[in-house]
Amino acid sequence: MSEYYKPLPKPSPTSRPFWEAARRHELTLQRCGACRAFIYYPRDRCPKCFSDNLAWERVSGRGKVYSFTVVRRASSRAFSDAPYVLAIVELAEGPRMTSNIIAAPEDVRVEMPVEVCFDDVTPDHTLVKFKPA
Amino acid sequence: MSLKGKAAAIGIGELKPVKEPGDLTALGLMARVAAEAIADAGLEKKDIDGFLVGVPFSDPGMIYPASAAEVLGLNVRMLNQVDIGGASPAGMIWRAAAAIDAGMCSAVLCIVADLNKVGDQRPPVISVQREFEAPYGNIGANCGYAMIAHRHMHEYGTTARQMAKVAVDQRTSALKNPLATFNDKALTIDDVLNSRMIVDPLHLYEIVSPVSGGAAIIVASPEVAKRAKNPPIWLLGAGEYANHSTITYAPSITESPIKPAAEAAFKMAGLQPKDMDLACPYDCYTITVIVTLEDAGFCKKGDGGPFVMEHDLTYAGDFPCNTHGGQLSFGQPGLAGGMSHVTEAIRQLMGRGGERQVKGAALGYVNGNGGIMSEQSSLVLERRS
Repeated sequence: MSEYYKPLPKPSPTSRPFWEAARRHELTLQRCGACRAFIYYPRDRCPKCFSDNLAWERVSGRGKVYSFTVVRRASSRAFSDAPYVLAIVELAEGPRMTSNIIAAPEDVRVEMPVEVCFDDVTPDHTLVKFKPA
Repeated sequence: MSLKGKAAAIGIGELKPVKEPGDLTALGLMARVAAEAIADAGLEKKDIDGFLVGVPFSDPGMIYPASAAEVLGLNVRMLNQVDIGGASPAGMIWRAAAAIDAGMCSAVLCIVADLNKVGDQRPPVISVQREFEAPYGNIGANCGYAMIAHRHMHEYGTTARQMAKVAVDQRTSALKNPLATFNDKALTIDDVLNSRMIVDPLHLYEIVSPVSGGAAIIVASPEVAKRAKNPPIWLLGAGEYANHSTITYAPSITESPIKPAAEAAFKMAGLQPKDMDLACPYDCYTITVIVTLEDAGFCKKGDGGPFVMEHDLTYAGDFPCNTHGGQLSFGQPGLAGGMSHVTEAIRQLMGRGGERQVKGAALGYVNGNGGIMSEQSSLVLERRS
């Protein structure tokens, strides 16, 4: 197996449950107990109502491409394997996530339905990505 | 409380950007543009009693303002760094005016200079961006603006040709700007669309080119402005807004925080977009100009594409916009990129536009934009007759 040379997430105490769930191939989000909003990325307080009553919930993994780009020339040498599809995915539960769409660039469209998939990039790191639904 | 007419820009210094930094240093460039701006204002270095500086990407450091002030040999009553990305230069102007209005100082040197190279200590990206953006390749600014452009095309039918027109008209003005990096060849819409696709849907000629350079502006109290060499260019209105850093988490990626920033600036000035004789919207990409013209109120939301097609954006046109060529033709000297919009507005209002002078220009709108449509700082400037 070749060495993985792209940036890896370094979980914080706040975000660790998110990445641990990803390793189990589960997509989980924090949900605010006060205003019921789903939250991404993980926070210490709800960014909408500022409550600290947050709990983790497994979510559907369904969403749509809010917008995307095909990166043909990357700003970072780590992504010299461009092209790749970078997207903002709007999850069915509301929040938007930065991620990659695992599909041929010419097949990706704004508003296209997608579903979560998990990329075990190293034995210790799993990235949350999406594919056409 | 208002900053209307409380301070004026009285001097500018600006270098012609260069592609290769060679033996230049960011601090050396600061010294050059500071000397030029102070002389342009008709002041002496001892008159400078306020200092606002942007920390260069190429030579960053903590506790930066005092260090840079020491290099320049300044004794100041107010000093700070402004860290709102490309909005920093516009943000400096109202911060200088606020400090002057508060009686803290009377002549503020606002300065940015940067080199087209990354320093030994690359400025760290905040942890959440390292964690949730970088692993997916959302690095640098290109991707975010490309996603804004795609969504804008989807929601409003904006076309590639409309976006390209921005680069074309700004280049026409750049041909009359000796300081612009790209001032030797006109562009056509097809030239732009035939340039290499970098991040769909943005082509190479729709993306700023990194250069080395710098600029400085002296903002002064009404008392100091009286003895300035140049006609003072008064700050009439200012507004600032931010609601996200990474575009993924913005409430909307096509409606930017420019709207509240511009509304506040025009309200303070008691004027409207249609009153402006020229506009200098930050242009890191072609789409940035289209979104800015919409959100600042120069046209209806979503009509930015048709607007740039229907109007001549050149210095000689019916809607003079980024008459220095914009950053797209002037070049983007790191953090100093956003200063060129402010210096151009001041230069035009002072009547020093040379071959690209906008006839009778008395009122100008400037917008500074940081990050991915994140920090927004809008200014309304006036030359009084």
